Amino acid sequence: MSAASEDIARHTMSVIVDNEAGVLARVIGLFSGRGYNIESLTVAEISDDNTVSRITVVTSGTPMVIDQITAQLERLVPVRAVRDLTVEGPSVEREMALVKVRGTGDIRVEALRIADIFRARVVDTSTESFIFEITGPTEKIEAFISLMQPLGLVEISRTGVAAIARGAEAL
Amino acid sequence: MTSLKSVAPKDAGPRLVGRSGMTAKPEIMSGAEVIIRALEDMGVDTIFGYPGGAVLPIYDALFQHSKINHVLVRHEQGAAHAAEGYARSTGKPGVVLVTSGPGATNTVTGIADAMLDSIPMVVLTGQVATHLVGTDAFQEADTVGITRHCTKHNYFVDKSEDLCQIMFEAFHIATTGRPGPVVIDLPKNIQVADAPYVKPIGQVEHRTYKPQIKGDRALIEEALELMAEAERPILYTGGGIINAGPAASQLLREFAHATGFPVTSTLMGLGAMPHDDQQFLGMLGMHGTYEANMSMHGCDVMVCLGARFDDRVTGRVDGFSPGSKKIHVDIDRSSINKNIHVDIGIVGDVGHVLEDMLKLWRAKAYRARPQVKDWWAQIEDWRARDCLAYAQKGEGILPQHAVKRLFDLTHHKSPIITTEVGQHQMWAAQYFGFDKPNKWLTSGGLGTMGYGLPAAIGAQLAYPDALVIDIAGEASIQMNLQEMGTATQYRLPVKVFTLNNEYMGMVRQWQQLTYEGRYSSSYSDSLPDFVKLAESFGWTGIRIEKASDLDDGIKQMMETDGPVFVDCVVEKLENCYPMVPSGAAHNEMILGPEGASGKISKEGQALV
Ligand SMILES: Cc1ncc(C[n+]2csc(CCOP(=O)(O)OP(=O)(O)O)c2C)c(N)n1
Repeated sequence: MSAASEDIARHTMSVIVDNEAGVLARVIGLFSGRGYNIESLTVAEISDDNTVSRITVVTSGTPMVIDQITAQLERLVPVRAVRDLTVEGPSVEREMALVKVRGTGDIRVEALRIADIFRARVVDTSTESFIFEITGPTEKIEAFISLMQPLGLVEISRTGVAAIARGAEAL
Repeated sequence: MTSLKSVAPKDAGPRLVGRSGMTAKPEIMSGAEVIIRALEDMGVDTIFGYPGGAVLPIYDALFQHSKINHVLVRHEQGAAHAAEGYARSTGKPGVVLVTSGPGATNTVTGIADAMLDSIPMVVLTGQVATHLVGTDAFQEADTVGITRHCTKHNYFVDKSEDLCQIMFEAFHIATTGRPGPVVIDLPKNIQVADAPYVKPIGQVEHRTYKPQIKGDRALIEEALELMAEAERPILYTGGGIINAGPAASQLLREFAHATGFPVTSTLMGLGAMPHDDQQFLGMLGMHGTYEANMSMHGCDVMVCLGARFDDRVTGRVDGFSPGSKKIHVDIDRSSINKNIHVDIGIVGDVGHVLEDMLKLWRAKAYRARPQVKDWWAQIEDWRARDCLAYAQKGEGILPQHAVKRLFDLTHHKSPIITTEVGQHQMWAAQYFGFDKPNKWLTSGGLGTMGYGLPAAIGAQLAYPDALVIDIAGEASIQMNLQEMGTATQYRLPVKVFTLNNEYMGMVRQWQQLTYEGRYSSSYSDSLPDFVKLAESFGWTGIRIEKASDLDDGIKQMMETDGPVFVDCVVEKLENCYPMVPSGAAHNEMILGPEGASGKISKEGQALV
């Protein structure tokens, strides 16, 4: 349906879960089983006693699908809260990437110059390679990667998105 | 007016305090004993199971406790469906106990069935000892992984201290909110380890799981205003009303009568509204009545109560009731706006919401608009088409007629009816009338052939004196035929009434209507002699072949003590109508063979 496909938008969701065995499998399985897509997913414990984890999922869909995803996530027993950061007001999104670039001579200099503009740090170097560490919103990482492509990019490792709502309120 | 609090079965049963709330001094016993004690303390009287290496400690604990009746099935799938039948007929959770590996995997179909039909069920599966998990040990299967997406929740118990808590929590989750199956995977070492037992006191409180029972007041008021303004209203009711307990059915009747609105029901909701109530239009959906589907299509306000806009009900989504405002009441928020966009979504227990609606309708002295009279006149026109009429001529028995006579001759006994899956299931829904909830047990969501016989066994165990009949097809019944032995062993007088058309009739019908009659693998070849087969299990077997013998055969079935298998030979090529073909809208239904084309579009073929 063409009308629906035009409404498809990217959403970043925070899912707070009890940190019990299998909880990540439940969340991922829900997405795959119901045909929702996952663009990125990150998870880590966030409480002192290791009982709570925060999952950040970036997905896309029509408003009806996004509402379904929220409702289906809330239905999982170990899920404490689900927030759609994209609709609930401004938020900060960051991801980190490690980017390995191989080359010598001019392209090596060029890579370093661009990295500087992007404030990417060099975290490893050899005479014919660099590893850059870059942090920022997804678009920035992607712009950096595409510029590195012709400059000898050979390997990428990305963390996926971590996100949090702006302002004093806490989830 | 009926008060919900006194009747709803959910309000009975165990109550659990939070994880930290177990304050009494624990008793120490083996894990297996904790399991049995917890079951007893939660009032479980019957469990369905099959033993094996990984559950021997539990079977031993069971042996030493006489309070719980363990029913030994013949196949673990049978245990799961029997537990479903028990649950659906009583409103109490069904309990299953099986061994690891194949024992657990054999229950998966029944678990998935309970998931789709929202049946409260707890399945206890044995597992290899914790130190062997992940080593491909003998009879190891990743039960929690396999059942993760066909359970409401599942547990792997890796510490015996957690066992008691998990037992009570599992029952709480299975029976509250939208009910469903919960699996507890029990490693063998946990069953023999020392484990603390405390019976929790007070209200169940779970940290994250908190189903919403009461509907939002403002939304209910808005919904009622819409109903009071309606010119062409309809109440579309479903299995949620049955799950909400008998009081909810009573409230539905009162609300329907107070408003004067027509009522239709899904397959799962049959019995909530009496079949012979003037306001009841019969079942809707793919094989629903003409009047029900036309009313759904033409209404201006639709009130969906505990149903879920399943694709069997809606037909083609973009042609579904195009001109109506829609109100949806469901305890599961994810059911609202899943398939069909609604204007007002109310999350809550449908019994509680109906109670509020009824109070408000009366308090505000609402009246249906005068135009509703014209709507009824239109509905009566549709009803006059008499879409379920059939012409029984000669000695060949029409399956519709067989079900109709079965109903006429048994309904004074208020029987519990189970079914298998296929044409016979639809004919049973169309021609067997129900006037109470919990009397109609069928596999609606998953459509599991082989459901009916074990479900009948489960229901008969719960109601030993009731007349329990499985309306079956000759293909489906062969899927769990082994459970005949269970009925014999426990002296359960279940009746199997098989409409034997020598075809997987529903498959054949689709092949006739959509594949130009190419009957690929849908003939029931090499059938057993069901009468002899029945006798070999210690049942009584009856064969009915002529229309003139039908009534006598049915009476003989009823008069015979003990289990009876009726092999009712029916016309082989009869089709089930009315029918909304796949890919069609409600107002495009076929009423009989004249409307059937033998071909279908590619899109229709893709829709099953
Ligand atoms: C376990 C399972 N396998 C396959 C199907 C697909 N299916 C639906 S109806 C049907 C035919 C059932 O035949 P029968 O039991 O003889 O009933 P009839 O339609 O003839 O009344 C089949 C194969 C199913 N529903 N369940």
